[in-house]
Amino acid sequence: MPKNPNVKRVMVIGSGPIVIGQAAEFDYAGTQACRSLKEEGVEVILVNSNPATIMTDKNIADKVYIEPLTAKVLEQIIEKEKPDSILPTLGGQAGLNLGMELEESGFLASHGVRLLGTTAATIKKAEDRQEFKDTMEKIGEPCAASKVVESVEEGVAFTQIIGYPVVLRPAYTLGGSGGGIAHNQGELISILENGLRLSRVGQVLVERCIAGWKEIEYEVMRDGAGNCITVCNMENIDPVGVHTGDSIVVAPSQTLGDKEYQMLRTSALNIIDELQITGGCNVQFALHPTSFEYCVIEVNPRVSRSSALASKATGYPIAKVAAKIALGYTLDEIKNAITGKTYASFEPTLDYCVVKLPRLPFDKFITAKRTLTTQMKATGEVMSICDNFEGALMKAIRSLEQHVDCLLSYDFSALSLDELKYRMGKVDDQRIYVIAEALRKGMDYDTIHDITMIDCWFIDKIAVLVEMEKALKEGPLTVELLTEAKRIEFPDKVIGSLTGIPEEEIKKMRYDNGIVAAYKMVDTCAAEFEASTPYYYSVYGSENEAVKTNPSKKVLVLGSGPIRIGQGIEFDYCSVHATWAFAKAGYETIIINNNPETVSTDFDIADKLYFEPLTPEDVESIVNMEKPDGAVVQFGGQTAIKLTESLMKMGVPILGTKAEDVDAAEDRELFDKILEQTGIPRAAGGTVYTAAEAKAVAGKLGYPVLVRPSYVLGGQGMQIAISDEEIEEFMNIINRINQDHPILVDKYLEGKEIEVDAVCDGTDILIPGIMEHIERTGVHSGDSISVYPAFTISDKVKEKLTEYTGRLARALHVKGLINIQFIAIGEDVYVIEVNPRSSRTVPYISKVTGIPIVDLAAEVMIGKTIRELGYEPGLYPEADYFAIKMPVFSFEKIRGAEISLGPEMKSTGECLGIGKTFNEALYKAFLGAGVDLPRHKQMIITVKDADKGEAVELGRRFEKLGYTIYATRSTAAALNEAGVKARKVNKITQESPTVMDLILGHKIDLVIDTPTQGRDKSRDGFLIRRTAIETGVNCITAMDTAKALVTSLENANDKLTLIDVASIG
Amino acid sequence: MKAFLILEDGTVFTGMHIGAEREIISEIVFNTSMAGYLEVLTDPSYAGQAVCMTYPLIGNYGVCREDMESKKPWPDGFIVRELSRMASNFRKDIGIQEFLRHYEIPGIAGIDTRALTKILREKGTMNGMITTNGSYDLSSILPKLKSYTTGKVVEKVTCSQKYEIEGAKSLSENGPLSGRAKFSEEDYAKGIREMRPSITRKLNGLGKRVALLDLGAKDNIARSLAQRGCHVKVYPALTPAEEILSDKPDGIMLSNGPGDPKECTGIIKEIKKLYDSEVPIFAICLGHQLMALATGADTFKMKYGHRGGNHPVKDLETGRVYISSQNHGYVVDMDRLNPEVAVPAFLNVNDGTNEGLSYTGKNIFTVQFHPEACPGPQDSGFLFDRFIEMMEVGKNA
Repeated sequence: MPKNPNVKRVMVIGSGPIVIGQAAEFDYAGTQACRSLKEEGVEVILVNSNPATIMTDKNIADKVYIEPLTAKVLEQIIEKEKPDSILPTLGGQAGLNLGMELEESGFLASHGVRLLGTTAATIKKAEDRQEFKDTMEKIGEPCAASKVVESVEEGVAFTQIIGYPVVLRPAYTLGGSGGGIAHNQGELISILENGLRLSRVGQVLVERCIAGWKEIEYEVMRDGAGNCITVCNMENIDPVGVHTGDSIVVAPSQTLGDKEYQMLRTSALNIIDELQITGGCNVQFALHPTSFEYCVIEVNPRVSRSSALASKATGYPIAKVAAKIALGYTLDEIKNAITGKTYASFEPTLDYCVVKLPRLPFDKFITAKRTLTTQMKATGEVMSICDNFEGALMKAIRSLEQHVDCLLSYDFSALSLDELKYRMGKVDDQRIYVIAEALRKGMDYDTIHDITMIDCWFIDKIAVLVEMEKALKEGPLTVELLTEAKRIEFPDKVIGSLTGIPEEEIKKMRYDNGIVAAYKMVDTCAAEFEASTPYYYSVYGSENEAVKTNPSKKVLVLGSGPIRIGQGIEFDYCSVHATWAFAKAGYETIIINNNPETVSTDFDIADKLYFEPLTPEDVESIVNMEKPDGAVVQFGGQTAIKLTESLMKMGVPILGTKAEDVDAAEDRELFDKILEQTGIPRAAGGTVYTAAEAKAVAGKLGYPVLVRPSYVLGGQGMQIAISDEEIEEFMNIINRINQDHPILVDKYLEGKEIEVDAVCDGTDILIPGIMEHIERTGVHSGDSISVYPAFTISDKVKEKLTEYTGRLARALHVKGLINIQFIAIGEDVYVIEVNPRSSRTVPYISKVTGIPIVDLAAEVMIGKTIRELGYEPGLYPEADYFAIKMPVFSFEKIRGAEISLGPEMKSTGECLGIGKTFNEALYKAFLGAGVDLPRHKQMIITVKDADKGEAVELGRRFEKLGYTIYATRSTAAALNEAGVKARKVNKITQESPTVMDLILGHKIDLVIDTPTQGRDKSRDGFLIRRTAIETGVNCITAMDTAKALVTSLENANDKLTLIDVASIG
Repeated sequence: MKAFLILEDGTVFTGMHIGAEREIISEIVFNTSMAGYLEVLTDPSYAGQAVCMTYPLIGNYGVCREDMESKKPWPDGFIVRELSRMASNFRKDIGIQEFLRHYEIPGIAGIDTRALTKILREKGTMNGMITTNGSYDLSSILPKLKSYTTGKVVEKVTCSQKYEIEGAKSLSENGPLSGRAKFSEEDYAKGIREMRPSITRKLNGLGKRVALLDLGAKDNIARSLAQRGCHVKVYPALTPAEEILSDKPDGIMLSNGPGDPKECTGIIKEIKKLYDSEVPIFAICLGHQLMALATGADTFKMKYGHRGGNHPVKDLETGRVYISSQNHGYVVDMDRLNPEVAVPAFLNVNDGTNEGLSYTGKNIFTVQFHPEACPGPQDSGFLFDRFIEMMEVGKNA
């Protein structure tokens, strides 16, 4: 069936800000789909509130709206742009829900807009619990015994029939929000209450607990003519009970015979056929480990995280094909872009093994529970490819960048067998390390299997790794042993530490004996057909098939690894743009990265893609073969920067700013010297290693002080300390991980925080714009609301900022990007920190100013000057609109995490509000972040003493908006005294009704709680904040944020100015 | 112990010896299925060949004897990247290593199977030797390799005498497949849980008698018919047509099988007689090729064949594409078809080769791929239903 000729203008809905459960995979899918649509001559109108995405670039779509993703906003855009169709199945659950809302309200029909891809009826059948179950029953596909309930009572009654434990799944939520397993009535009631509230339709599925069964997924495609294929299947090593996003996943399935494999495959095809899916779809099954009994867990009638993983694991571009199907093509008409010979109706077959590991944020949220449940907690993931499972697992472990490189990385050797058994029973991110230790201590497979329900095949593979550890420890290290250790991907460093031989000698022994990595191609067809796409992975002991190329210029772009808090999708944006810029300049481009969710690991971004861990050894293997003329480390965040020294040792020139200059910016003493030379002031401070030294420095400076490790991202471990006790506490936390670099202790200055990104060609600088934070210093820049152009500082300060930026860039010999954070106090400007590399704000500032700074930086790195590139150096003229970047958090997903803002970054994503006025931009930014007020017009204010003055002013403004204010004793007193009516409510420890009861009563819109200093978890404030978050109440922890919010509410306006970002610049 | 795979073109792969300790010369082919190594090993169509699995991890779930597609494994040798030392499955009887030894199949593991596959792809299927003798002499071995042919293998793999398989009388006979997926509180209280639904959901073949000519048949062909209620009588490959026809079957099924179809001259003659009868015929793989040869068409050897579970085939009548299980090195030449005799019914979407024929004016249709699956996708299992319908029409005619 050829393309539908009536589809000419398509609106694509993105997934909005990155949150846990909805991350970079949708930028990957959306970008691929938009390019696929444009390839067909279709005009693409893109809407996404997330400015850090590649899909919101003007070269990806024809019209780009970085606007809040609400039905109202979409309606206005549809009225303005008049698309003939919309495609909602590429923007995750968020996009799908919006598409449904527009369809159900009749808006699409009345405006003559058709829904492309899967129909609304299908989406409803797949997403609505009851309809789905009825459909499955109709076609004879089994589901676990279950019932959709709309009240707690109903849930309790049903559970009495089927017995505990039961699984609870709210309908229409992201990443399983609000779900869980209940083992008793208490748990049942608590999870049900929460789930019923979070569900868009107030429904929760109560289901027989099939925890412990094998969890198997199939990625399937279906076209409008009814042709179906499976792209691949995947097996979760962690059995049912852990969200697939938090599970260790392997593709293809390893422990299924053809009978099981085909039984589930046929079932998956029956299901999508019955649901009439057109496009991509994910079907999840639970398979009983000792019978053929299975249950359909769920179906996602859209592209998903799993489909991104499946695309990267097989080379089959699901989103691209889904977009073509949406236009009317059938699978046998769409060429397979990898082989160029086969068609999209060919099922990929793998001749390697893929392992995915989740990147969990417990290093950020040290108070959070590490337990893994049906509620997803991972912020990102890594994937690895090898021709054996052990090797793939080892590669994935070291790709995580969490100070782990083998199964010995977490030490459980002190635990007894009984303790290990107990620890194994708790499902968390360290379980495989616990299993490895149990195997070292001689525990048998069956015991481990009985506790964990992990298939013995996987346990045996862990045992293979443990046996290798032992063999290496016992020695001697023969060539045979080394060959085998490398086959299963033991890094030289680990072999070195186990054998006691220096790493360099291991490397030499390898080279002397020809034990080097070879590269194989991901080709979708197990070599059956010739493939032309250079998408490679490494193996040992095989023939190298990477094509040798000798272009005139070859550049290596290092990616940024897994998405984590502090290093998000922005760096992938930068890596991709840099790659494109170098390609345009005539370079052959090579990307190394290990994140399956990203655009950078799409096979057609760079000339060559190496899907590999980003460690010095893995990079060196590639360098040895490719011999690049230079490497780019500026764009891949800290992951890439950390490789600078190793790359220089390998003899690879670093393009752009030199490594020693990067060091100078990070090294306290060197940097102080530069500041002295350039005459730029900064807060006084010192470097320390121990708590005693820290206290001495703090004593000299006077409290409060800022404590932080150097060479980290996103202010990891950064804290404001107000006493010796706190110094003691923070230093302990920082020093849990061995620090290679000193810890910095600075005087804390309170002022306006300003951020600048600039390009420097060695002489001249270009600043696209100055960004001012709404929150005063002390809140991490990534968690602050950032405003472009700066809105309160004087021209004189702006001049100073420009001047200082130039001086610093020149002093650091920056060639490329530089990011500087300043504090402005009155007319004085202090520097906080300098990062001679790309930053989180680069995509944002590029989009809102229209200056492609990554491209400029890449050009500058290869010798062009800013003037040659057609730009006047200095500060670029300010725009006549405001663009406000708003952080977005995922606190509700991480039980027990402290939500108050501080110097350590906690947000997972961001959205943008663009408006003609500051107020409009702010309103849009809050709207985009999902702050949807008012509902009940009731709020709670409880602030620390220092904030009471500001609280009065704030309370007055909320009162004027019609809010009823509740406040704890002292806050209430302060408000009432100043004439703001506030009802006093008891503290948690006092008698009921307390502030907690109020929140749990679901009658509150907003909690403003500014925390007293310190990290003490037991304090009331912590409980109030957690309760608010877990009950779905907006909770604000900084006075500046609260003021911004009230300003935005005062200016709420349904009629918004819509700005096509593609027309900027 | 070390083992060596020596190819006709002089390439030598060094790996570890697995299975029986025997030196073999055979035709080396590759199969791209990711699961189903046991079904591959026990598919008689591999007689005279040594199979290389492109998926690198083999043996993970061991050997479940009930999944065997015939009484024994047929390939001369087995070539894998890694043979799992752990066999994990609730139905497992023995491990794969033990299985290979028991049936005296030699093999080699630990070689770069992808490199081997690429050689076969580039240069075409070729002969090779698996040996544990490290002091091999290429100059004496290569001529031996070049002169190897699979020979008349159908006779080796077919059954020695006729036998019959009763058709199912009710769906529940087909294993744990009640077809019921509805949750009932009553059943639940009795301990009856969710069940696997049946793949065959109707007994549309009840009362039909099918003659299956065993050219090296996989068991699931007869099973697919029997599960639908058909009574199946299996005949050795060299059975005269008259003998089959005298049993008055409602339909005749020609099975898959090994080797070069053109070598089956005697069988082709008998098949021509079956063609001339008015009995509905459905043929798979070798059976499909033999019917084509019997009716004047031609076959040729493909460069490296189709062996795997992911090939798309297009039904030319409906335009629908199905993913199929395949195992063939020869194919019917479409350029030499006489439309008055037969027209293409299925095409391979990837390379456009023939995947099925429909015989003009006859109740005969044949396919190159394997609707019986095992291993591989079950998407085209409906063809057995089509055959049953054809028998119905034939009966009423």
